[in-house]
Amino acid sequence: MSALEAVIGLEVHVQLQTETKIFCGCSTRFGAPPNTQVCPVCTGQPGALPVLNRQVIEHALRMALACGCAVNTRSRFARKNYFYPDLPKGYQISQYEEPLAEHGALEVWLEGGARRRVGITRIHVEEDAGKSLHGPGASRVDLNRAGVPLIEIVSEPDLRLPEEAAAYMRTLRAMVRALGISDGNMEQGSLRCDANVSLRPRGSAGLGVKAEVKNINSFRFVQRALEYEIERQRGLLSAGEAVVQETRLWDSAAGVTRSMRSKEEAHDYRYFPDPDLPPLELEPARIERLRAALPELPDARRARYLAELGLSDYDAAELTRERELADYFEATIAAGAAPKRAANWILTELLSRVADPRDVAAAPVEPTRLAGLLALWDEGRISSKLAKEIWPRMWEGGESAEAIAEREELFVQSDASELEAAVRRVIEASPAQLEQYRAGKQKVLGYFVGQVMRATGGKADPQLVNQLLRRLLDEG
Amino acid sequence: MSRITPELMRHVAELSRLELSDDELTTFTRQLDAVLAHVAQLEELDLDEAIEGTAHAVDLTCPWRADEPGPSLPRDRVLGPAPERDEACFVVPRIIEG
Amino acid sequence: MSLCFVDVTELARRIAGREISAEEVTRAHLEQARQLDGALRAFITLDAQGALEAARALDSRLARGEPVGPLCGVPVALKDNLVSAGLQTSAGSRILAGWIPPYDGTAVARIRAADAVILGKLNLDEFAMGSSTESSPLRGPCCNPWDTTRVPGGSSGGAAAAVAAGLCAGALGTDTGGSIRQPAALCGVSGLKPTYGRVSRYGVIAFASSLDQVGPLARSVRDCAALLEVIAGPDPRDSTSIPRGLAPGSLLAACARRDLAGLRVGVPREYFEQGGPEPDVERAVREAIEELRALGAEPREISLPHTPYAVATYYLIATAEASSNLARYDGVRFGLRAEGARSLDEMYTRTRQQGFGAEVKRRIMLGTFALSTGYYEAYYGRAQRVRTLIRRDFTRAFERCDVIATPTSPFPAFRQGEKQGDPLQMYLADIYTLSCNLAGLPGLSLPCGFSAGGLPLGLQLLGPPLAEETLLGVGAAYQAATDWHRRRPPLADGAAQEALP
Repeated sequence: MSALEAVIGLEVHVQLQTETKIFCGCSTRFGAPPNTQVCPVCTGQPGALPVLNRQVIEHALRMALACGCAVNTRSRFARKNYFYPDLPKGYQISQYEEPLAEHGALEVWLEGGARRRVGITRIHVEEDAGKSLHGPGASRVDLNRAGVPLIEIVSEPDLRLPEEAAAYMRTLRAMVRALGISDGNMEQGSLRCDANVSLRPRGSAGLGVKAEVKNINSFRFVQRALEYEIERQRGLLSAGEAVVQETRLWDSAAGVTRSMRSKEEAHDYRYFPDPDLPPLELEPARIERLRAALPELPDARRARYLAELGLSDYDAAELTRERELADYFEATIAAGAAPKRAANWILTELLSRVADPRDVAAAPVEPTRLAGLLALWDEGRISSKLAKEIWPRMWEGGESAEAIAEREELFVQSDASELEAAVRRVIEASPAQLEQYRAGKQKVLGYFVGQVMRATGGKADPQLVNQLLRRLLDEG
Repeated sequence: MSRITPELMRHVAELSRLELSDDELTTFTRQLDAVLAHVAQLEELDLDEAIEGTAHAVDLTCPWRADEPGPSLPRDRVLGPAPERDEACFVVPRIIEG
Repeated sequence: MSLCFVDVTELARRIAGREISAEEVTRAHLEQARQLDGALRAFITLDAQGALEAARALDSRLARGEPVGPLCGVPVALKDNLVSAGLQTSAGSRILAGWIPPYDGTAVARIRAADAVILGKLNLDEFAMGSSTESSPLRGPCCNPWDTTRVPGGSSGGAAAAVAAGLCAGALGTDTGGSIRQPAALCGVSGLKPTYGRVSRYGVIAFASSLDQVGPLARSVRDCAALLEVIAGPDPRDSTSIPRGLAPGSLLAACARRDLAGLRVGVPREYFEQGGPEPDVERAVREAIEELRALGAEPREISLPHTPYAVATYYLIATAEASSNLARYDGVRFGLRAEGARSLDEMYTRTRQQGFGAEVKRRIMLGTFALSTGYYEAYYGRAQRVRTLIRRDFTRAFERCDVIATPTSPFPAFRQGEKQGDPLQMYLADIYTLSCNLAGLPGLSLPCGFSAGGLPLGLQLLGPPLAEETLLGVGAAYQAATDWHRRRPPLADGAAQEALP
């Protein structure tokens, strides 16, 4: 049997961050008590009608443009009909034959710097359903979430590996956060993923029978669920059995996918144009204004950091994970800091002090003050160790690094004659170690350095200390 | 156009969540068959490929509203008419999953 | 003279001028209902207490010299598929019986704001699906005041009967395929379906969303204009509402028209072909067209070639939309829930089985079928395309005429139970009214004579989109020159005489 390859396409739902729902003025705020953010429209009362929220279209357009899609200046809403308690009208208002945008593509960055191009088949707008909370004999229905705006992003089946799928999800997350249209949180459900996966002989052009995998709610699970499913299908095919086209649920506790053998399979959604909403017409000028106002997207930034700033792959990837972090970084180098040093400091010393990377935007130390600290270091007036001492003091007050160093005498001691005297004192006080050094034990140098640093309260210029020690120890 | 068979009727009834009695099934099949026979005359029309359907009787485009809050209903008024409810939610019988 | 047969504008004037009190007028109508509605069954809910409270409150405001609305104290009633806050709204169905809405629909709110007094909710065919008002189980079949063994037409049969019998001064109904115009014709009153989008559908229990419209029924075209002035106009809560409003007073002003010189009246030959209207109907309508000629109009023959396809087109589109609109009646959030269901699916199917009547079930089935995979293109898809052809027929016709004149119904009121056995026969009763909804046009029905058996007959006038002023003007001119609309059913006349205060 020839080698098999996996073919993966993802359908992703993104909950859009608007004040109000897509078709009514109810709040979309997360966490309110059940059924307190509802009205006749979103509870499907007899006689209620939908009215479109403008902001939803703007957010959806931003994503469509960021994905390089062609925007349909005329698109339609359609009804997707099925029965479920959290779907109050008995249909979901979505888009079917004439979606908002089509034919785009994304570049997904993989481990090791390779990139995979993933086509975007379509992006359309729709409303979310409410929530059903299942109990033993009954279910409880909360309609707060009913009517919250979603976009659905359908990818071409261009992904081949589970890691790629996870990377694709991370890319989408970074994009929606950079665009400010969603917080892209898989655990909380503002970013959801359904995967279609099939196998085929490597090199063939057709598609095998696919299974749809649902209930994946983290990036890790994207990878694990797909790994499991691919192996499951591989097992079937090599045993001469066929893959059944079906919907399967990911069970994260057991680490398997299970078939959803229920009436869900028999759905005939009977899509038709929603008569309550006339066709949506978009002015090309408005689309162009939105396009012009798009922020630099994470991947573009990452590429720029590699090419123009010489950062490592790792640093570039980490810094562009969150827009706020990248903004902070750029403000720091705009204030004069060296890129590599700034990247390193931000990813270690700054991030360790905030709960969430996005919080750096509100950090007590602004980029200009950090740049000041790094400048001192660059100039050699402080060392790495001293910088780490000054840093906490910068968090407590608004002083510049220089002011703190002056006040607390935290500059590097570089007076050569004073240092030489200190070094001599240390050598004289450590005859045993001197013997060892002269006997060839180079490592003992570290001991001498440590002693000098202790004697100088950590302020000696380490390079100078090293130079002096070598000279004096070798002296005789 | 195909005749409407009892199997098709049962399928359509299931899609519509209607539990028809055997009598109703028979009667409705006959009645709907008669309606469909009348409807069949639409087949006579030679429709130009270019004719688009009319989903909306009058030429309108979709209006929109600003992303600003409007009034919500107090929970009691929403849950009040519910056939079964608890303090905060609508309650329905269990959903059987496959 | 009885208070029960006074024109809407006249009543409003007298009450606002404090010649009579709102309470007095309301009482007179409640008394009329008490006497006659047992036999007619026009009301599903008669809200005597609410009406009297509203009337008294209005009288107090008048006593204090406060400003009042244009329908000051006028008793109106609402078809029971119009959502009224705090007052049962059932759509004539068991599945929604007892529902007390938490909000007011827009047309209802506007009527209230104009200071009309709402007497109650009127009988209809269940979910507005029907042409005879026989199907609602909540009150039973409604009767035609001209002959109580006959139907009042439908689905706004309660509204037409109530207006004809003087139980209210005017009513609001809905029209999806003729449901205002046909009962108006069968009961000898005037009824108008506005251009699609003219009146907000927010608060109309949806049957077929691209066809439904709210409209007035009253005893004169001028009264219809008075009601339409109040309810028409853009509504931000309805995305299909026309953004442009009417100039205030323009509809009433149009009713001053008397001279029809230069008006080209199209008479579609397809409507009079073999198998068309009964002889009495044809005679009365042709006489009415002659009357228009006498007023200066120029009748001419036109063609609406796709007329024979209207019923089929309508019954695929309307039922498809209805099948989706009625999915929300599932026993979860309001209305009926069947007892003893052991699972969700059982609850759904039993609730809908018990809650919906036969006609509603039939239409849901047909509509679901027309949208289902494998059948969509051949049924719903095709019907939408034929709808385009029907619209084009009218666009072309209106190049050659200003209004179109037709019979409203092929026959006068038929006997109760007569068309129950064959749904298709009932559907064909709407042959003259359906196309108007498919094309989104305004349509007016007004009385134009009687059958040999003494049953009312109606003339229908259709206009291009937004031509309500023209229709009302022609109708008012006709009613100034004739008096068919002033005739009253004997049963109501007698009662009204007795009810003199």
